Amino acid sequence: MILENLGIVYALLGAALAVLLAGSGSAIGVGIAGQAAAGVVTEDPSKFAKVLIMQLLPGTQGIYGLLVGFITLSKVGLLGGGAAAIDVQTGLLILAACLPIGIAGLISAIYQGKTSAASIGIVAKKPDQFGKAMLFPAMVETYAILALLISILSVTAIQV
Amino acid sequence: MSDLQYTYAVARIRAKEVFLFSAATIDQLLACKTYDNCLQFLAEKGWGDADTPQNAEAVLAKEGEKTWEVVRELVSDMTVFDVLNYPKLFHNLKAAIKEVCTEGNHSSIFYKDTIPSPDEIMDRVRERDFSGLPSMMTEAAAEAFDTLLHTRDGQLCDVIIDRACLDAIYRAGKAARDAIIRNYAESTVAVADIKIAVRSMKTAKSLDFIKRALAECDSLSVDALAHAAMSGMDAIREYLSGTDYAEGADALAESPSAFERWCDNMIIKTIRPQKYNSFSVGPVVAYALARENEIKTVRIILSGKLNGLSDDSIRERVREMYV
Repeated sequence: MILENLGIVYALLGAALAVLLAGSGSAIGVGIAGQAAAGVVTEDPSKFAKVLIMQLLPGTQGIYGLLVGFITLSKVGLLGGGAAAIDVQTGLLILAACLPIGIAGLISAIYQGKTSAASIGIVAKKPDQFGKAMLFPAMVETYAILALLISILSVTAIQV
Repeated sequence: MSDLQYTYAVARIRAKEVFLFSAATIDQLLACKTYDNCLQFLAEKGWGDADTPQNAEAVLAKEGEKTWEVVRELVSDMTVFDVLNYPKLFHNLKAAIKEVCTEGNHSSIFYKDTIPSPDEIMDRVRERDFSGLPSMMTEAAAEAFDTLLHTRDGQLCDVIIDRACLDAIYRAGKAARDAIIRNYAESTVAVADIKIAVRSMKTAKSLDFIKRALAECDSLSVDALAHAAMSGMDAIREYLSGTDYAEGADALAESPSAFERWCDNMIIKTIRPQKYNSFSVGPVVAYALARENEIKTVRIILSGKLNGLSDDSIRERVREMYV
């Protein structure tokens, strides 16, 4: 019985990992950047809007993870109320497809948080350099987007 | 403590660094015609507060208090900053020993904000209970006390305590986890050694005296520096030119005040990389040192203005700023 349903378990595990890892990374990243933002706003509340944008940048990985999670759930039919019959091999394929955004999301969000915190330091000292300061954490985003792309392409390409 | 724990503190320090005096601000202060104009300028920059009397000492003391208030707010483990306060702590020990041995009573010669407090140090020295002092002070306190009591040689007493202070800074630097404390300790001890060598050479001290006063550090050879001090200023300059402190040799050649300025600038150069560090306690330590340097520079300018020194001779004494 368990072995028969192992395919859907793997698929669900993939969706869970995408959401869990990328979401955790974002939580850590936004937390790090948030501490830096709070430090600046303590001294200069007028910089609130600028540092808030910086703080939000590492939050996107969580959204990407959620997106892949939704697509996966939709793919296996769990969102429509009836789970598809998935063999173990397909389940494992879905799990593998979810890993890029899970792992790259986790790591990139943490580092993006650190980069955001450093860039918040730029905004604290030179608010007119906000545009340039935002580019540094935005660069880290590239790799989360690449991982998202591969996860979406893989999940949608798998025949259920 | 993880470096990430200081993220809030570092960001707040970054925002506060905006208000540190730059070289341009110091030039503006120098351009003020009178001492009163300088005080006015400082008040406009937010120095002192509504309750602070309009005199230099009160304003500067208030700024010192503000700095440590911020640091205490940001850092829960203040032991990191102990090494910065060693000179004040050992000064209090020196003052206490002299007070007890000479039966004087001058409370104004103590730094108030040390741990242990000046009163505690006085009590320990009065009762000759040196083991009640921090361990790094015990031995030096007993030796300095006996020396002063038996020989009445105040200078020797100072040398013993100053040496113990430098040794304590060096040991604290070696044990420190943070690079800034290690670098600060090394620079502080090396610069102090160079100062001792120069002053000993000028007052023709013996080799034994110089060796007793110089503290070990990694970037200088105490033995070579002591022998150079015995040979004269040229020998000190020649020795320094082969070390990390070659610029000190140039400053020595220029003038005594240029050398004193270089000594302080060395510390600022040591901490300057912290401007680009976004995590760890380093930027907070650097901010505290930068503020002390700023206050010292303002004090030099105000003293110069009060005593009618020319702008050029004040400028010669102005320290490099952190920002």
